[in-house]
Amino acid sequence: MWIKKFIPFLIFCVISLALYVGLNLNPGIIPSALINKPIPEFSLPVVGGEEVGFSSADLIAEDEVVLVNFFASWCAPCYVEHPYLMKLKERGYKIYGVSYKDKARATNKFITTQGDPYYKIAADEDGRVAIDWGWSGVPETYIIKNGVIKYKHVGPIHEMEFEDKIMSIIESIDQ
Amino acid sequence: MRMFAAFIIWLMMSFSVLAVGVDEVRLSDPAEEARAQNIMKQLRCLVCQNQSIVDSDAGLAKDLRIIVRERVIEGDDDQQVLTYMTSRYGDWVLLKPPFDGATIVLWLSPFLLLMIGFFVIYKNQTARKTTGNSVPLSAEEKKRLKSLLKDKGNK
Repeated sequence: MWIKKFIPFLIFCVISLALYVGLNLNPGIIPSALINKPIPEFSLPVVGGEEVGFSSADLIAEDEVVLVNFFASWCAPCYVEHPYLMKLKERGYKIYGVSYKDKARATNKFITTQGDPYYKIAADEDGRVAIDWGWSGVPETYIIKNGVIKYKHVGPIHEMEFEDKIMSIIESIDQ
Repeated sequence: MRMFAAFIIWLMMSFSVLAVGVDEVRLSDPAEEARAQNIMKQLRCLVCQNQSIVDSDAGLAKDLRIIVRERVIEGDDDQQVLTYMTSRYGDWVLLKPPFDGATIVLWLSPFLLLMIGFFVIYKNQTARKTTGNSVPLSAEEKKRLKSLLKDKGNK
């Protein structure tokens, strides 16, 4: 049986393929449990204040696609991502910003020096709302439509993926 | 020698098994704290690979430990706390993945490979037995063999 000789080779091929795919996956990307699920209920105060910055009700009330971006002034990748958030704002997308575990003064300084891409900003001082969102690190961006989480982007939005990935995903959800 | 053996055993001991989540705030009831610790050991730290939240000093792991303790105080059973976590972070947060449709291959492949191994051994054994009963040498062949061996001995 000539085919018998090839069995080890075939097993080798299968293992190689599995390792090739498996080892190329990014271990930092955690599959989100919240995709296509309604956003968690929350209400967060404005930065450095008591009154409500925005709540889940605000996001549900939106008709078009909105983004929720978790950021912090102490987070270096957030500075890399910032110009692309500004671009999104220019293109007319509403970004709700959540300042994660940050001091009010630092957040305000970040916004005044880097520019303000946000429609509204709220502060998550103890990070509890972030955990309800299945958050694992700043920055993280969620794309939401009608109060449902459609997509989650972990890590900063890079120049490379801005047009091809983020924009195309937003546009496909927007339709 | 005995000292040396003791030293080697000491080196091989795993002290991380005894690790506990060290936080400033612990539950006052030791039984509840132990239950919380047990749950924490089953939860994966999300920002560090393959560490439980007990082993990690990451900010998020710390926050998750606080949540586990809160849930325990509120009277949630172990499964409810784990469900709380998986509803936010998915099965990924569990260090021991559940047995379901998506993980069936993961759970059963060791047994499958073991079965294949036994099958291969069985096949080899039976093949060896069938080739074992060969025809004995004839008188002429024996003579030839003897002369050949003799030849070799002389050289």
